[in-house]
Amino acid sequence: MSDWHTSTLTQLAAGLRARKFSSVELVRACLARIDASQAALNAFISVTREQALSDAAAADRALTAGSGGALTGVPIAHKDIFCTQGVRTTCGSRMLDNFVSPYDATVVAKLKGAGAVMLGKTNMDEFAMGSSSETSYYGPVRNPWNPQLVPGGSSGGSAAAVAARLVPGATATDTGGSIRQPAALCGITGIKPTYGRVSRYGMIAFASSLDQGGVLTASAADAALLLREMAGFDANDSTSVDTPVPDYVAALEQPLAGLKVGLLREFFDKGLDAQNEQRVREALKVYEQLGARLTEVSLPNLPLSVPVYYVVAPAECSSNLARFDGVRFGYRCQKPRDLTDLYSRSRGEGFGAEVKRRIMTGTYVLSAGYYDAYYLKAQRVRQLINADFTRAFGSVDVLMGPTTPTPAFAIGAKTSDPITMYLNDIYTIGANLAGLPAVSIPCGFVQQLPVGLQIVGPHFSEARVLNAAHAFQRVTDWHTRVPQGYA
Amino acid sequence: MSAWETVIGLEIHAQLATRSKIFSGSATAYGAPPNAQANLVDLGYPGVLPVLNAAAVRMAVKLGLAINARIGAQSVFARKNYFYPDLPKGYQISQYEQPIVAEGALDIVLDDGEVKRIGITRAHLEEDAGKSLHEGLPGVTGIDLNRAGTPLVEIVSEPHLRSAKEAVAYMKKVHTLVRYLEICDGNMQEGSFRCDANVSVRRRGALKFGTRAEIKNLNSFRFVERAINYEVTRQIDILESGGQVVQETRLYDPDKGETRSMRSKEEANDYRYFPDPDLLPVVLDEAFISSVRATLPELPDQKAARFASQYRLSPYDAGALTGSRELAAYYEEVVRELPQEPKLAANWVMGELAAALNKENLEVGSGKLPPARLAGLLRRICDQTISGKIAKEVFETMWSGGASADAVIDAQGLRQITDTAAIERVIDEVMARNPAQLAEYRAGKDKLFGFFVGQVMKATAGKANPAQLNELLRRKLGG
Repeated sequence: MSDWHTSTLTQLAAGLRARKFSSVELVRACLARIDASQAALNAFISVTREQALSDAAAADRALTAGSGGALTGVPIAHKDIFCTQGVRTTCGSRMLDNFVSPYDATVVAKLKGAGAVMLGKTNMDEFAMGSSSETSYYGPVRNPWNPQLVPGGSSGGSAAAVAARLVPGATATDTGGSIRQPAALCGITGIKPTYGRVSRYGMIAFASSLDQGGVLTASAADAALLLREMAGFDANDSTSVDTPVPDYVAALEQPLAGLKVGLLREFFDKGLDAQNEQRVREALKVYEQLGARLTEVSLPNLPLSVPVYYVVAPAECSSNLARFDGVRFGYRCQKPRDLTDLYSRSRGEGFGAEVKRRIMTGTYVLSAGYYDAYYLKAQRVRQLINADFTRAFGSVDVLMGPTTPTPAFAIGAKTSDPITMYLNDIYTIGANLAGLPAVSIPCGFVQQLPVGLQIVGPHFSEARVLNAAHAFQRVTDWHTRVPQGYA
Repeated sequence: MSAWETVIGLEIHAQLATRSKIFSGSATAYGAPPNAQANLVDLGYPGVLPVLNAAAVRMAVKLGLAINARIGAQSVFARKNYFYPDLPKGYQISQYEQPIVAEGALDIVLDDGEVKRIGITRAHLEEDAGKSLHEGLPGVTGIDLNRAGTPLVEIVSEPHLRSAKEAVAYMKKVHTLVRYLEICDGNMQEGSFRCDANVSVRRRGALKFGTRAEIKNLNSFRFVERAINYEVTRQIDILESGGQVVQETRLYDPDKGETRSMRSKEEANDYRYFPDPDLLPVVLDEAFISSVRATLPELPDQKAARFASQYRLSPYDAGALTGSRELAAYYEEVVRELPQEPKLAANWVMGELAAALNKENLEVGSGKLPPARLAGLLRRICDQTISGKIAKEVFETMWSGGASADAVIDAQGLRQITDTAAIERVIDEVMARNPAQLAEYRAGKDKLFGFFVGQVMKATAGKANPAQLNELLRRKLGG
């Protein structure tokens, strides 16, 4: 079982069903890889060893009895932003260092219901605020391709874990690129579904109108399998959409002939690294060979994505994080003198610098006298960006472009300059603002570092974007590359 | 007439009578042990989300239709951000720019009988906060979140009220209405119905409003009246001594009968309202609104008008009898039994019955003395079995014992004497026993007629038919 990591999640699920190996064996093998890598990668905040082994044993009994589900016995990890009953859920913050969730997020419950076995909770930027997984209270996550580099963020722990094949798949969340950007920087596949496709219940909120749960896996086929079990309407989330979940797995093999692909002119801008662009253009050629028709499209308001995002997301976060007040759960300062002291020290000591920066920014843009100039204007521009996408999807089926301007950067390189850090999400934020499904798939390397191709589709076109990603992966092998030392 | 004019607007908070909270499945019942009715959503746990209670929406729409308001085709929940320990999320979910109900009105009747229309700016849905507990907790503050998330509708009036009396009349009108609509139990002691009063004064004839003070959390009609009167006097005193009223929030202290400053405008929070991204806009179509309209009961004003014409009652009686749905229903039950005597029924329902209920602090719907029973008693007045006076005694026995009127009358031998010969016999005896008074009467001292009535009534234990007695006595005394 020590070579499980050469198999995809889909193959592992099939192997378990065929009783070629047991879930306990597989889980043990994964745990061994997690243990061996933890010092180097810091991908996990919590490893739920005993629970995982007992769940795996239960999965094996179910498989023997023939009562398994699509994922029975399949090991996965959850980003530590998802609430897990009885298990510490930190959101990468000192604020929740002592927080044991009394309930399961809907995503966690659904995957559990499908038989998946949770191995632990992955490291992340504090409250998902970051693009490098450096803002975690639990220390930075390192990129398996080069431990001096960041894995991207905020879902860097999940991305590193999948890239290093510590687990075959992991959940993640994406508010401005937090699934796709680490997927690109770690050379794996990540999908951010349509806003409302996956329940946000139990997913600790950062920016409610942008947050969306998704998955990180080695391949689009694996992502399709996990997403099929995660997606769907949830009565506990008023913004989840009550529309049937198609069988993403069954849709993978559709031919691409005639697919109209729009190349986002605004994505091939001067900020894009030339070699990165080269890899993306080579990937587009592959699509042409697969029968897709490429045209250039322009979304004139898209360059405003970053400023709009850095008004809307902090505004929502400043309100969402108000509940962390030291009163009912989470961090409370020692010996508060009075109520104001309780609030200011609990929050001052419990939150890290980036979280505080965004809370302050958000408080500012919502304040009397500034609301119209910032928040309201940002919302209007957001609608213009939305309209740009709608117009584009009138003539093309999917949009393609780079996921990030550059490959992974060095740990510490951008921490002193938030704006440079924010610009790393320049190509991913648009899909969040418009609520669109988007995947990032590996499409080559620049100086031994993976590069991501991004595919964005219209609302609820997950089947189509996964199909497009899978078609590429059938004829390329970038997604099968594993970093040295983890192969 | 005072040189000053008072201007008042009320913000009434009515707790909606839903079984569960506005954004969670927790129960809303009053009086549970602290935090027994607070689930993870009410506690504002990480990751939880609000889900709007459809029953609260229906109730708000019902109110809107009853005050002829515009029902917002789309209303939006917003977050009102501020820190307080009894506010678990650090924000209250309320409606701000797009309320569910706007531009309604209610009519009140002034002392001189004039009808005044009070505009209602808006009514919006929001969640209540919890409460902090200090009693019996030395050195710490307890927090009870049972009330957190309880649905409220906040009904905001225009500044159309010109006196504390008008304010109370308006508040009572709203109170009656929400109970008619069965959207609020109206229990003011439990805080289900309370208001904030915005009070200012200006020189009579001035066009601009004066600076206002907002008096928070008034939970009885008496407090509303007293607090406003106190505040008006306070503001006039300030202005007449050359000072300026400051815009501030004030609290009414019922023990001292005065208002005192809570916080000034400068200290006021910047609530940083913005649309709540966790909740979709509430979109209401005509079909939904019609379905709510179909559930509207006969409204208090409609019912009062019908009572006045159908039962030939004065506007005052019609108004009093329709003060609550239960009272009106009780009255109509009595009249159904006794269709020819609506006025007698009105007098008894508003008189003896109301007094008896009041004395025991009971609601008309308590089941004590069902309407058919009261009708049974009134029937015996009509058919002259007993007099109105005896009926009051019978009523008291019925009230405390629960027997029917006929059973009480028979058991106590209260049947009225209507036999002319029998009454004449008693008159003869009385006249024989009181020759001196008889002589005086006949000499012209008419006042003594009452003395003879009294004597006969005494001899018959009050059972002689009063009309017959009067007639026979006048004839006999006249010789």
